[in-house]
Amino acid sequence: MSMKLPKQTPATALSRFALALSLAIGCTTAAEAAEKVLRIGMTAGDIPRTLGQPDQGYEGNRFTGITLYDSLTQWDLSSGDKASVLIPGLAESWSVDPADQTKWIFKLRPDVTFHDGSPFNADAVVWNVDKVLNKDAPQYDPSQIGVTASRMPTLRSARKVDELTVELTTSEPDSFLPYNLTNLFMASPSHWQAKADALPASVADPAARSQQAWAAFAADSSGTGPFKQARFVPRERLEIVANTDYWDAKRRPQIDRVVLLPLPEASARTAALMSGQVDWIEAPAPDSIDAIKARGYKLYSNLQPHLWPWQFSLLPESPFHDKQVRQAANLCVNREELKALLSGQMEPATGVVEPGDPWRGNPSFQVRYDVAAGQKLMQAAGYSASKPAKVKVQTSASGSGQMQPLPMNEYIQQNLRDCYFDVEFDVLEWNTLYSSWRLGAKDPAAHGADATNVSAAVMDPFFAMVRFVSSKALPPVSNNWGYYIDEKTDALVEKARTTFDEQARNEALGELHANIVDEAPFLFVAHDVGPRALSAKIGNVVQPRSWFIDIATMTLD
Amino acid sequence: MIGYLLRRLGYALPIMLGVSFLCFMLVYLAPGDPLVSILPADASAELQKQMMQLYGFDRPLIEQFVRWLWRALQGDLGHSIATSRPVVDEVFKAVGNTLMIAVLATLIGFTLGALFGFVAGYFRNSWGDRLASFVSVIGVSLPNYWLGMVLVIVFSAQLMWLPATGAGPGGSGSWTWDWEHVQYLILPALTMSFIPMGIVARTVRALVADILSQEFVVGLRARGLGEWGVFKHVVKNCAPTALAVMGLQLGYLLGGSILIETVFSWPGTGFLLNQAIFQRDLPLLQGTILVLALFFVALNLLVDVLQTIFDPRIERG
Repeated sequence: MSMKLPKQTPATALSRFALALSLAIGCTTAAEAAEKVLRIGMTAGDIPRTLGQPDQGYEGNRFTGITLYDSLTQWDLSSGDKASVLIPGLAESWSVDPADQTKWIFKLRPDVTFHDGSPFNADAVVWNVDKVLNKDAPQYDPSQIGVTASRMPTLRSARKVDELTVELTTSEPDSFLPYNLTNLFMASPSHWQAKADALPASVADPAARSQQAWAAFAADSSGTGPFKQARFVPRERLEIVANTDYWDAKRRPQIDRVVLLPLPEASARTAALMSGQVDWIEAPAPDSIDAIKARGYKLYSNLQPHLWPWQFSLLPESPFHDKQVRQAANLCVNREELKALLSGQMEPATGVVEPGDPWRGNPSFQVRYDVAAGQKLMQAAGYSASKPAKVKVQTSASGSGQMQPLPMNEYIQQNLRDCYFDVEFDVLEWNTLYSSWRLGAKDPAAHGADATNVSAAVMDPFFAMVRFVSSKALPPVSNNWGYYIDEKTDALVEKARTTFDEQARNEALGELHANIVDEAPFLFVAHDVGPRALSAKIGNVVQPRSWFIDIATMTLD
Repeated sequence: MIGYLLRRLGYALPIMLGVSFLCFMLVYLAPGDPLVSILPADASAELQKQMMQLYGFDRPLIEQFVRWLWRALQGDLGHSIATSRPVVDEVFKAVGNTLMIAVLATLIGFTLGALFGFVAGYFRNSWGDRLASFVSVIGVSLPNYWLGMVLVIVFSAQLMWLPATGAGPGGSGSWTWDWEHVQYLILPALTMSFIPMGIVARTVRALVADILSQEFVVGLRARGLGEWGVFKHVVKNCAPTALAVMGLQLGYLLGGSILIETVFSWPGTGFLLNQAIFQRDLPLLQGTILVLALFFVALNLLVDVLQTIFDPRIERG
């Protein structure tokens, strides 16, 4: 049986199309009203990895780390007025064994489940430590080692004590371990196992099985975080939805769905915001900030634990071997003018951390702009206008965290000329620069440079200070590029590392920091401020002094 | 014809082998670390060395190439270092996305280019010729990424008529051919069509002018053939060269424009290459270049065959 439809004229077709269109628009509007959707344009070129150890630097941790997962310890992101501090995460408490300070006991939070419904417990912690440290574990994944092992350099193993207690062992007494553990996110062992079991038997090689199981896990992940993975289109978008059963009632998301879009090009990101395609962009193009504000968007920024320095070579042939020269350079940079050059998108650096930070201490040398004092120090070191200190500095034309390296360096070059420095740049491609950074100032890759301009994240004591100044961190072990070797500094590092009381450790770190400022192994230049532009309809936004920001506590009108 | 086809295929094989060798080796000339995507800048040189061993990058290059080629011959281009996803899946998805804008850009570019070229060639030194030539010069001279940005500023940021970035409201994974999705194609395809339009217009203008001055056209007119008849002969004589030019242009467009796809965040081959380069994702970079190069070789082969169909003298030559 067939039914004959009336003949369709162009006019009826048009009216039907208009009706369908209005119905579609109506449905979309109703759906949007029912679901609160926040769309974010990231600077990353790809979706940061979703398997539990994100790539793409700390932007990865920000969007696919702390949203989907939790770690044993975590950063407090609830305040923008003070430095972010460490707070309990999946571990309720922790303590070091007084008899053997290489052993830590972590008491786990009860009644936490992964997104797949499996329980979080001591076995899960051991499994997650093994994924990056135990080569014999089936879930061992070399692709996750880089971003994890380097950020918890002393952790060696984990052992289950009981269902909610684990013992972690370090290679040496290390009071920084709780900070390091913010980088180890807890993925669901059961969910991974299900992915591994679903692989065909033809994939026999254990390494290939692990790799493929992790790839499947990344496409459909399971953590314990405030958001759950909902939809993943590789290289295009990740949609995460609220985890309404999240263990921390204060951080149960108010926003139903968050769409993360990789928009690496600054002008494309800005256009996406201005055309209403996204509600939030990271790092708007500096020259579009006024236009963005004029459209009613809100601009947020705050001091980040980031340092844009020149790290000096202290090798005998370098002019920076002389402390007076290092201090003179620090006195001759007009950081306020540099800030104006960057449209205000930086904070002047007077150390690794700034006044108000618990690790600041009381340096006797004050980093400031004082050309006369700088010239005096240079004259005392034997330099003058007719006999300038010739220095070569390695830098890059761009790169993660490098801000605007070329104009910034050229400005510093002009400043330092007033203090008898003759600065020459060795501009390298970003990856080449930091490959050279790892190898140290003595390596041929340094091209005889007297300083290197590699910006750094300075979140925890090891990353902020120890790796740059400890004699145990000389290349190839870590990032003491300039061969800064000083007994007093080593003693202060040791003291901070073996002080397990938080207050006392902060004081020890303050002493270490004051010593670093006084010895000036860096030209302290700037801290990034992490600018982002958000729609006014996003509420309860707190931009902490951190690389991270908590989306879970935000609201959307 | 079959003999000609086999002969052309025979020429293509060593080209493909050479291309695969070059695209494997060339990426090693670039500075930097092949593990940059999974090793943060602050990782130590010690850890980097350990990882290089784990991924096999410490082995001799020739050994790495032979292993890679053997797997590639079986359709396995390895896994991306950054994402662990199979390179084949990544590349073919990107090729599909680029194909959408490349074909649309080719259609726009070829249609407008041929139109401007014929107008300019037929009416040489007229105002129509000057206008068409001006447009074609603009087409080949404007930096297309700049044009893309301007179009985005005007049509997305200011007028808010068309989306600024992306491949559909739900990404390319949920693409359908309706207005909601097609509107995402317009600005990138339009931007991409400018260069082929300019090149085709200039080529066709020169060809038409040359053909119109040849004696056989005078002969055709002397025998009383009307302008429409003459036009058909001109088109037929223009076609092989215009097709070859357009085929090359389509090949370039299939390679994706890194700049255009980055400006529009269009998830095609250019965008993928950009990511692979920035992340030093060697398997992805090698796989993408190989597939694109093979596409180019295949496309050239196709154009050669089409040319032969249009002009059998080529086969005899």
